[in-house]
Amino acid sequence: MAETSTNGPMLAADGTPLKQSLAKALKRQKRMALLLIAPLLIFVLVSFIMPIGSMLMRSVQNTAGTDYVPDILPNVVVALEDWDPATGELPSEAAFKAMAIDFAAAFENKQHTQLGRRFNYETPGMSSLFRKSGRPISRLKIDQVTDFKSELIGMDKDWGKIEYWATIKANSGYYTASYYMAAFDAERTLDGVQMKEPDQRIYQKLMIRTLWLSALITLCTLAVGYPVAWLLADLPLRTSNLLMILVLLPFWTSLLVRTSAWKILLQEQGVINDIWVAIGFTERLSLINNQLGVVIAMTHILLPFMILPLYSVMKTIPPSYLRAAKSLGADNTTAFLRVYFPQTLPGIGAGALLTFILAVGYFITPELVGGADGTFISNRIYFQFSSMGNWGLAAALGTIMLLIVLLLYYVYDKLVGIDNVKLG
Amino acid sequence: MAQTYSNDAFVAFERVQKSYDGETLVVKDLNLTMPKGEFLTMLGPSGSGKTTCLMMLAGFETATHGEIKLGGKPINNIPPHKRGIGMVFQNYALFPHMTVAENLAFPLEVRKMGKSEREAKVKRALDMVQMGAFGGRRPAQLSGGQQQRIALARALVFEPELVLMDEPLGALDKQLREHMQFEITRIAHNLGITTVYVTHDQTEALTMSDRVAVFNDGRIQQLAPPDELYEAPQNSFVAQFIGENNTIEGVVQQISGNRAVVRLDSGEVIDCRPVNVSKVGERTKVSIRPERVEIDKNRLHPDAHTLKAEVLEFVYMGDIFRTRLRVAGTDDFVIKTRNAPDQRRLQPGEMIDIGWLADDCRALDA
Repeated sequence: MAETSTNGPMLAADGTPLKQSLAKALKRQKRMALLLIAPLLIFVLVSFIMPIGSMLMRSVQNTAGTDYVPDILPNVVVALEDWDPATGELPSEAAFKAMAIDFAAAFENKQHTQLGRRFNYETPGMSSLFRKSGRPISRLKIDQVTDFKSELIGMDKDWGKIEYWATIKANSGYYTASYYMAAFDAERTLDGVQMKEPDQRIYQKLMIRTLWLSALITLCTLAVGYPVAWLLADLPLRTSNLLMILVLLPFWTSLLVRTSAWKILLQEQGVINDIWVAIGFTERLSLINNQLGVVIAMTHILLPFMILPLYSVMKTIPPSYLRAAKSLGADNTTAFLRVYFPQTLPGIGAGALLTFILAVGYFITPELVGGADGTFISNRIYFQFSSMGNWGLAAALGTIMLLIVLLLYYVYDKLVGIDNVKLG
Repeated sequence: MAQTYSNDAFVAFERVQKSYDGETLVVKDLNLTMPKGEFLTMLGPSGSGKTTCLMMLAGFETATHGEIKLGGKPINNIPPHKRGIGMVFQNYALFPHMTVAENLAFPLEVRKMGKSEREAKVKRALDMVQMGAFGGRRPAQLSGGQQQRIALARALVFEPELVLMDEPLGALDKQLREHMQFEITRIAHNLGITTVYVTHDQTEALTMSDRVAVFNDGRIQQLAPPDELYEAPQNSFVAQFIGENNTIEGVVQQISGNRAVVRLDSGEVIDCRPVNVSKVGERTKVSIRPERVEIDKNRLHPDAHTLKAEVLEFVYMGDIFRTRLRVAGTDDFVIKTRNAPDQRRLQPGEMIDIGWLADDCRALDA
């Protein structure tokens, strides 16, 4: 064609490159569009992106309270530089002296208990040592003491524990990997980083349980939701609207109410067990405060998230496809498996992805009906966050969950293609 | 194999009725037989019951009453997938997740046909619709006309004896539609296949079919070859529905043999051929085709009745002239004249005499 046969970029009527001309024409449009989404953009930035960023930071920052550990113990950090815990000897006299100086300053700023709690995450016992040592160390006359080592150990013999000093040395930087080590059930010993005993690897266990139960719940919602969605898509609009309201009803009820309702239904003396006994069984079933209870309650709660994407995809499949398959000689099963089912895959993909990701992060339901063996990783994160005050570990666990979900998303994209996900 | 049915009744509807709600009949007492190899079109306005009939034949709807027979055997209780009837759907219903070749292989696969035989048949079917190079494409990558060809090939690939088509050309533009009309009839005749074709487009019905069944209000109004349907409509619905038609109302004054005299409501008297009027005094709709109206007095029979007409509008349409007249009190009497060198171009306001052969003017039910 004439326009493309010329060399170089296409030109607009006035001789400027066409691309430049177009960009100018679109600029105003783009500015308007940006203005329209600005409130949302700011909201997302402040309430979503920034908290996630801060969580990522917190999982590696080595802080006690609001300050970094090396800022509270500047002299100790320097004095411990040359010390190697593997030798089995206590640090030098200089290190003890540095500790006395830094500790007194920390006591002055009321930071010594926070510092103790920080080290206690790594080595239990250090919190009480730091608390008890506060006042005695602050009373020391620094320039009159000659032997800090014996003075401190005399004050509290725990100051003579090598592993305590090793913990202080290992956590003397601005950034630390120790939260991630804890999240992966590893610990720092005098012989280096090692995995904990198998029966103490609670995070691994919880992580696997969370993923496995979420997968199971997703499967259950699919098994229950697929026929419902099909029925909804197949019925005339009047009837299907009514049924859709029933499907959506759980959405309009408080999550807490729904979970409590399941508690009442499933408990030992609950409705279902009463019926079970009434029809002649003697043994009552334990349906709640275990994994079964979590699966039942969460399948119910997450069902709409599976049904809606399925429904919206099924609605777009004209009934003539099934008819065509049958007219070509396929029986009902073959027609469904070869013609209908493959076309609903985008809906299954969207529903499964949505349900699974929601399930992985679920908190209230496992907390209320999960009992001891039905809790999720999110419950543990909350526990570390609120009861232990160990925000670093909570952040590390949260970050790992985030990465796992992103990884699954990536794998899904590679296998199915995210373009094939259809929410409506 | 011994034929247990007469050759004329390969497909037979016997007193078939269909009701969806138990209160009204969508199909009322349908009787129809089709010989093998016929191309029959069911034509009618929407809601006339033609698609319902097709769906009953395909097995997607069950007849409320009566029997449908295929090859002499009742098929009411045979599920669609065992009827072995090919079908082309209105929106083609090509499976979007399969390639063209996979779509065509589907009916062969479910019949457990071997791979090499399958491939040969798919190739032959694709070649038949001149789509041999498109086997690897997805339906979405094809144009409407191409999808249409594939749908046709898929309905024929398993060599059914009967093919049903439900408004298959509805979504195509005019030129492509005309081309495909020709293509479909050519293939159907070449293969000697029996075809039931549903459409609401009368041109399609006239150009493609051996016979046309005109549906209205759940009944077949007339079942006849296209020329008979056009030239000898049996009632005023068919006359109105097929082609362009002028209707004037009046009362029968005399009937004798194949001549009737009708007094029009405006007072004039004309000669007609009585079709479904039987007695004097009956109201009638007189029907005359626009191209059978003569405006040249010299060409009319000397004793033919003529009517006075005022020219209202003249439209030049290329091959023909379409002129609207005021005749016997109606303002939409249309005549069509051939664009020939000696043809007059009538001017609006002009007064002329028009007439016709009594045989072309049919007195139908009112």
